[in-house]
Amino acid sequence: MTTQVTARTVPYKEKKPFDYSPFLRKGKLPHIWCAGCGHGIVLKSLLRAVDATGIAKDDLAMVSGIGCSSRTPGYVDFNTMHTLHGRATAFATGLKLAKPRLKVIVATGDGDAMAIGGNHFIHACRRNMDMLILVYNNYIYGMTSGQASPTTPEEKISTTSRYGSIEPAFDICELAKTAGATFVARGTAYHAQELEKTLYEGLMHRGTAVIDILDSCPTYYGRFNKYKNVAEMMDKIEKDGTVSVAQAAKLSPEKLEGKQLRGILHRSERLEYCDGYKNLVDRVTG
Amino acid sequence: MSTEKKKKFLQGNEACIEGALYAGCRFYAGYPITPSTEVMELMALSLPKVGGKFIQMEDEIGSICAAIGGALAGEKAMTGTSGPGFSLKQEALGWACMTEVPLVIVNVMRSGPSTGYPTGPSQSDVMQTKWGSHGDKPTITLVPASVQELFYETIRAFNLSEKYRTPVIVLFDEVIGHMREAITIPEPGEVEVLERRKPTCPPEDYRPYAIQNGEVAPLAPFGEGYRFHVTGLYHAEDGFPTANQQYIHDTGMRLVNKVEHNQDDICENEELFLDDAEVVVFAYGVSSKSAKFAVKELRAGGVKAGLLRPKTIWPFPSNALDKVVAAGNVKKIIVPEMNLGQIYGEVQKVVAGRCEVQGIFRVDTEPIHPKQIMSAVLGHQVEPTVIPDEVLIERPMDG
Repeated sequence: MTTQVTARTVPYKEKKPFDYSPFLRKGKLPHIWCAGCGHGIVLKSLLRAVDATGIAKDDLAMVSGIGCSSRTPGYVDFNTMHTLHGRATAFATGLKLAKPRLKVIVATGDGDAMAIGGNHFIHACRRNMDMLILVYNNYIYGMTSGQASPTTPEEKISTTSRYGSIEPAFDICELAKTAGATFVARGTAYHAQELEKTLYEGLMHRGTAVIDILDSCPTYYGRFNKYKNVAEMMDKIEKDGTVSVAQAAKLSPEKLEGKQLRGILHRSERLEYCDGYKNLVDRVTG
Repeated sequence: MSTEKKKKFLQGNEACIEGALYAGCRFYAGYPITPSTEVMELMALSLPKVGGKFIQMEDEIGSICAAIGGALAGEKAMTGTSGPGFSLKQEALGWACMTEVPLVIVNVMRSGPSTGYPTGPSQSDVMQTKWGSHGDKPTITLVPASVQELFYETIRAFNLSEKYRTPVIVLFDEVIGHMREAITIPEPGEVEVLERRKPTCPPEDYRPYAIQNGEVAPLAPFGEGYRFHVTGLYHAEDGFPTANQQYIHDTGMRLVNKVEHNQDDICENEELFLDDAEVVVFAYGVSSKSAKFAVKELRAGGVKAGLLRPKTIWPFPSNALDKVVAAGNVKKIIVPEMNLGQIYGEVQKVVAGRCEVQGIFRVDTEPIHPKQIMSAVLGHQVEPTVIPDEVLIERPMDG
């Protein structure tokens, strides 16, 4: 299969201590993220997961849009593209279609993917082109200093919802599943090791994989919404605000009220777009 | 083996695709819009047959972004559209200019602002190709005036985009796009096709924006061992963001000047009776067809009229125009356009008061009539937007 990336077939095994340096462009560090931002935790989980897949750096591409999370590609030693606000999945679609042997990771945020890039996001899910879309979801526009995003929960404060948001938030996983993504999962920066395994599964999936990663922005979201510190914020939102799929099976509906599910929420098999395109070419030329 | 060249009876939109395929275009992303419809439809038909990639994207923005993604994977990539879609593509066009990614964008112009008159021609996107995207950026725009020329100019667009590592716009209108003419398709190898330069240095030495002898480094395709970074932020030679003001200044100047300073290489013009012309018609695209007819008619009647027809509108062919004005014979330059004077202003800038400049503007979706141009040359008073009664055509506006 021409679109298959070289990957280890051994089951996932955690590896520690871990040397991140082969995956980082160390000359480009320190990163721009604020103290307490969860993006660094997500990045570390991602690099450990990438290592576990054994995919060569030359075969990896990371494409991002605009925002704090979209600065990730600048720090990783892959083929990297920092594109336009909301458009990462569209750029990634062209790249992947032109060169199917690349494993494409999209790094995006809640504003980038759900608002300005919403159309590209749902159509990427519909096509089922092999790419892993990571939504660093911190419920706010961090880069532009704290405006409400499509995932800002109702009643929460931002610079554009000063009296509390009156809009319901998007459930990224529900949206992705409904739009046709064949792998949908949620993780958090708090559960870094669990996230690493989820990321590994997402990388190994063949088709459009979406991972909603609950993450923290203490500088804006935390400060505006009166969390005392990062730890409290992560505790309340990421730890107490979520339950794993396994735990959820044992809990009563009352106990599940207001909690988001963690882990792999949906997995299905459907013809991957580039394979479908190859079939089409074979049919037309054969 | 037959050496007889392939003759085809094609419409402009089809000839454009023949040219693109001849030039080696193997990636197309698009979105449906009138009157460029056949451009995308023919790519959907042709590309799978030659092992190329075609994708219909969810919107105009997505289609140019996907085309840029394809280009960064190493393909000669193209997207096509018409006015409203071209407006939507502007931000990504700027990104490709900034990141220096070769790309060809076809814009089959339709009439008016907003939805306007979708099935009617105009030349109203000329300024948008130059200034539609925010910031100063390099712009190469080709304005072919016939079906055969559209074939050749599309090949030239790909060549220029590879040579200068920049997007090139092929700009024509609904008349050229849908007009049918017999054209000759040359044999492979007969017309020069530039392939993308690739880096030859070891990957660790590769700097995607290094400048050597004033020329930017070759662009490595993604996934071939040269792991590098591409960003729309001002970036240093290594491709990573920079806040160095000297570098920002140098990059900003270089991006624009790589086109502006190479006018003599990029610009091509057709000249007719310019040696002793006292009135020169400066016309491009569809309007130049009427202009050429008018100039020939006038010459047959002993009037010293001439034609300067740019095939490249950006960079603006100021050198060629200046040469004509500087010769000293010219008393008047006439600029017929299917817009309200977008290029007329550019002509005035170059002429700088050395002779009279008169515009003939028409935005009612009907091409400028040769009679309008002849009247202007003969010195009859032609109000810019008023069409002589005898050429007014009544027709239903039901499009």
